[in-house]
Amino acid sequence: MSVPGQPAAAGASDIGTASPAAIGARSDDAKVATKERLALLKRSKSFLAGAIIVGFWILCAILGSLVVQDPLASDPINDLIAPSADHWLGTDKLGRDVFARVITGARDILIVAPLAVILATVVGTALGLVTGYFRGGIDDVLSRIIEAFLALPTIIMGLLVAVALGPSRTTLILTIGILFAPIISRTVRAAVLTERELEYVAAARLRNERTPYVLFREILPNVMGPIIVEFTVRLGYAIFVAAGLSFLGFGIPPPAPDWGLQVAEHYGVISGGFWWPVLFPSLAIATLVVGVNLIADGVASAFER
Amino acid sequence: MIFLAAQVLPGDVARRILGPFADQASVDALSKQLGTDRSLIAQYWDWISHFVTGDLGETVRNRPVGDVLGGALVASGKLALLSFIIVVPLAIVGGVIAAMSEGSFRDRLISVGGLSATAIPEFVWAVIFILVFSLGLGLFPTTAQFPDGAGVFTQIKYLLLPALCLVCVLFGYIARMARAGTIEALEADYTRTAVLKGLPQRTVIRRHVLRNSLLPTIAVVATQAGYLIGGLVIIELIFNYQGIGLALARAATQKDIPVLQSGILIIGIVYLIATLIADILYSVLNPRVRLEAAE
Repeated sequence: MSVPGQPAAAGASDIGTASPAAIGARSDDAKVATKERLALLKRSKSFLAGAIIVGFWILCAILGSLVVQDPLASDPINDLIAPSADHWLGTDKLGRDVFARVITGARDILIVAPLAVILATVVGTALGLVTGYFRGGIDDVLSRIIEAFLALPTIIMGLLVAVALGPSRTTLILTIGILFAPIISRTVRAAVLTERELEYVAAARLRNERTPYVLFREILPNVMGPIIVEFTVRLGYAIFVAAGLSFLGFGIPPPAPDWGLQVAEHYGVISGGFWWPVLFPSLAIATLVVGVNLIADGVASAFER
Repeated sequence: MIFLAAQVLPGDVARRILGPFADQASVDALSKQLGTDRSLIAQYWDWISHFVTGDLGETVRNRPVGDVLGGALVASGKLALLSFIIVVPLAIVGGVIAAMSEGSFRDRLISVGGLSATAIPEFVWAVIFILVFSLGLGLFPTTAQFPDGAGVFTQIKYLLLPALCLVCVLFGYIARMARAGTIEALEADYTRTAVLKGLPQRTVIRRHVLRNSLLPTIAVVATQAGYLIGGLVIIELIFNYQGIGLALARAATQKDIPVLQSGILIIGIVYLIATLIADILYSVLNPRVRLEAAE
């Protein structure tokens, strides 16, 4: 695994241990718990700071192209102009406006990373539910496959997959989605292992509920906490990996104003003193990642108690 | 698995070498010569049996893969070693300091700062370091490729910036583990006993806390070895350093499958060895595991 540092093992959720006879009451409990968590989130300073930063970039991604110049319009005569009134952050080596490219560059990463993590979360949750609930043979086989996946660094695997399928936005989403699914499945599996021993699961089984019902209607709502935490944490990593792959040239193909790509295209000219086409996209990535991580930090402390 | 993944890479190898204008007959001939026309299983057996005997075959440009990767592995090893030498003591000290003043501003600074540093991609650090230290202050070269025959200190000077980028990314994880381990050890009964015995704080920390807090840290350092290799690809590219990461990135863009396969297999082996060493170290340091084994 190339981006290690598993988040703390997901603890059992504190809600939903009520008996099935009290299903109605339980959903009320759940609502209260959700409300309490949201209140905790709003009080969390790191969550707010992260939300402001990420919110800014989301705004740029949606409205940016209306405000700034065309990020693709090249002007070879005016290449590598230092930041000025005309070009706030200067121009790159094709004479494209760096400010426009940084602002509109938010779009690609904010499409790729969330979609990839949603894919990973859906697949990973399904895998985690199945491996955690059934254990035994299915668990053994799937877990071995998952471990094989985790044995190689993410960037290396991503590089292989991206080369195999050719660089594009879809490839990037699929690659990161597939690579992160096993990691998420492990967290979910750990949470399911403790949930499945609880009485409400046994009761549901005694009621002769079908397995999918037990898995998705009984257990899933009770492991949502760890899943949400995992989602936000992985989102940060997804941006990290997507930027890395873009930088290596296996992400979004040019001439898209992707941040990683901009750095890759211009780090060669740094030594000539042309720092602006490299520094600003770098800072953009840095702020976005830190913002997402602050949100993850806030979510983790609100949901893991 | 590596083999299969690499084989999925589209594009006929022979076609790639000869270019789009070669006629089909010569493409077929070269395919035969390279052995790429045979079945996958035959190719796999050929490759894996040669790998075990140390023969990694030739790159598509007819250089022995072993030569290409051997030198690159040593080069990457130097960079990785330097990074670990810097980051491990730094992160452990940071983690212990954070744990000692848990919840304080200093703790928040180290924990949140460390994690933010970790989250920022390594090439972003590379850009910042190059701008500040190479171009701004003129202290270090912008490339990591030291001249042939350079002395140890010159090599370190060239490798310091790339190593620092890796340090930034690694620091957060290791410090967090060291912090968690230390907090746990501080709350443990044996620590309280030691304090109540009247031992000076320094001794308690050194003899009782540190030893126990380091255990989980060692485990995480080993898993970082896996990450480190991925990070090397990016760092070596930006600093133009002839290591295994750069070799892999090149091989991937050129579809140099022999290099790609062997390189990734080597990485897998290095990763396994790192995990093994960590296991051994863990048992040496942990009296509980050590005594169990002895009985």
